[in-house]
Amino acid sequence: MLSAIEIEQITHELQQVPVKKAACIEALKIVQQQRRWISDESVADIAAMLDMSTAEVDSVATFYNLIFRRPVGRHVILLCDSISCYVMGYTKIKQALTDLLHIGYGQTTSDDRFTLLPNACLGTCDHAPALMVDNDLYRDIAIADLPQILDQYL
Amino acid sequence: MERPLTQHIPLSGAALQLKEYEAVGGYSALRKVLQELTPREVTEKVKDANLKGRGGAGFSTGMKWSFVPMNVTGPKYLIANADEMEPGTFKDRWLLEGNPHQLLEGMIIAAYAIQATQAFVFMRWAYKEAAQIMTRAIADAYDAGYLGKNILGKDFRLDMQLHTGVGRYMCGEETALLNSLEGKRATPRAKPPFPQVSGLFGKPTIVNNVETLSYIPHIMNNGGDWFKSLSYTADGGTKIYGVSGKVNKPGAWELPMGVTMRELLEEYAGGMKAGLRFRGVLPGGASTDFLTDAHLDVKMDFAGVAAAGSRLGTGTMVVLDDQTCPVGFVHNLEHFFAQESCGFCTPCREGLPWTEKILLALEQGNGTYADLEQLQLHTQLLGPGNTFCALAPGAMEPLQSALKYFREDFEQHVKDKKCPYAHH
Repeated sequence: MLSAIEIEQITHELQQVPVKKAACIEALKIVQQQRRWISDESVADIAAMLDMSTAEVDSVATFYNLIFRRPVGRHVILLCDSISCYVMGYTKIKQALTDLLHIGYGQTTSDDRFTLLPNACLGTCDHAPALMVDNDLYRDIAIADLPQILDQYL
Repeated sequence: MERPLTQHIPLSGAALQLKEYEAVGGYSALRKVLQELTPREVTEKVKDANLKGRGGAGFSTGMKWSFVPMNVTGPKYLIANADEMEPGTFKDRWLLEGNPHQLLEGMIIAAYAIQATQAFVFMRWAYKEAAQIMTRAIADAYDAGYLGKNILGKDFRLDMQLHTGVGRYMCGEETALLNSLEGKRATPRAKPPFPQVSGLFGKPTIVNNVETLSYIPHIMNNGGDWFKSLSYTADGGTKIYGVSGKVNKPGAWELPMGVTMRELLEEYAGGMKAGLRFRGVLPGGASTDFLTDAHLDVKMDFAGVAAAGSRLGTGTMVVLDDQTCPVGFVHNLEHFFAQESCGFCTPCREGLPWTEKILLALEQGNGTYADLEQLQLHTQLLGPGNTFCALAPGAMEPLQSALKYFREDFEQHVKDKKCPYAHH
């Protein structure tokens, strides 16, 4: 069931659009903001609120890589794996993250603290390699910087 | 050397605030336009300047606007494409984070030209700082009377909204962007009808790149002749160029359109890092053909790069050095394109993962000579005219040129049954 705050925020979005369906992505963002991910139940709840079928909402939810259809940890690490970061050695950063956290792409640490995901170009190519943790961008990363970066996220 | 787009961006990296923007002449172009020009005259002025879209396609901006029907009732839309996701591209971020009001002023003038009443900034998810800066700038512009009803006391109203995306490269394609803004999967639409006639929610819509729209106030203030005089070549204006890869000073610079690749790489980017040799470059992002040291004197404008066999694209270059494997480099690109294919049309959905798998096999020492022929064939099968949108043809550009310029590297992977480079 959607929470009161989710319903309130989605209702607000519905007022901005000419057809209910057009609020689908915003609704997914709102629910994910509250719950970190989008469960089957959330898909059905959003569908009911927007007069859409669950399949239609799910087709949107699964299309976008930053809508998470599986649970993620408290913090999500998005490691840029695109071309400038490739040239500047992101694969070594990936290995170091895996060594530190004992997780690969798509996995979450056993304490639920971090999920590691690859991400397409973060648009900061003159400062490659780069990664984001939640809303924070880190650039010109060296392996030695990683423990200090991760320590900020509990 | 004039740098109209970036000269007022504070060196501190902080965004230029409304008062600071006004102090250097900001919003004077809007004032002038609303007082002196009809919407048609604005479009004509942009057409005269021959401003070409800075998002990659290079289509005439004024021409694009002129296709919007003017004698219709009902809403029209103006959208800034701030979904910068072409790998290797980081130019619009500079403008979004540094001078948000320049973009807003350009958007308001563009909206006036096509008589739109609703505008959107469609911004990619990752640009968190830019989103904060733009949210504040939009609020400030409303407070100052540049947005809302009766803008600057005139009979013109415009509402502005920031939309932040949830990922996917496809959102940068203008018709896919419209679908995404309608809450749908970001798959491209058939053209015609073009968005100028039937775009967002079926209404006339213009989608322009951030760098393109940021130029509008300057063209209104200074005119087409001034715009043309900024450039070294027939394609007018300045351009934001960028260089990334193993050069001494990666970065972005606003320079006259038509600066040579050599100047950019050697003078601005400071040349290759010690011990490395230049092998090639993607001149305008991931979906452009490689150029090599034979092309260093190519002028970086639309015609110059096209004559050399590639595209200016976004003007942000990615450098390949002699210690990075060209096959691995192209594999990385095709992995990106295969992942970002929307799956809507078959050649792209099936062909891109195939090319990615072949390139991976080559990298891992499992490639054959027949695989090289298969790759070559794909560059035709996924080429222009065979797919629904430009994603797959764009993906084939670096592949076809790598097969041409770095053929010996591909063959060596087959012959030696391993990747000869040490960086893995």
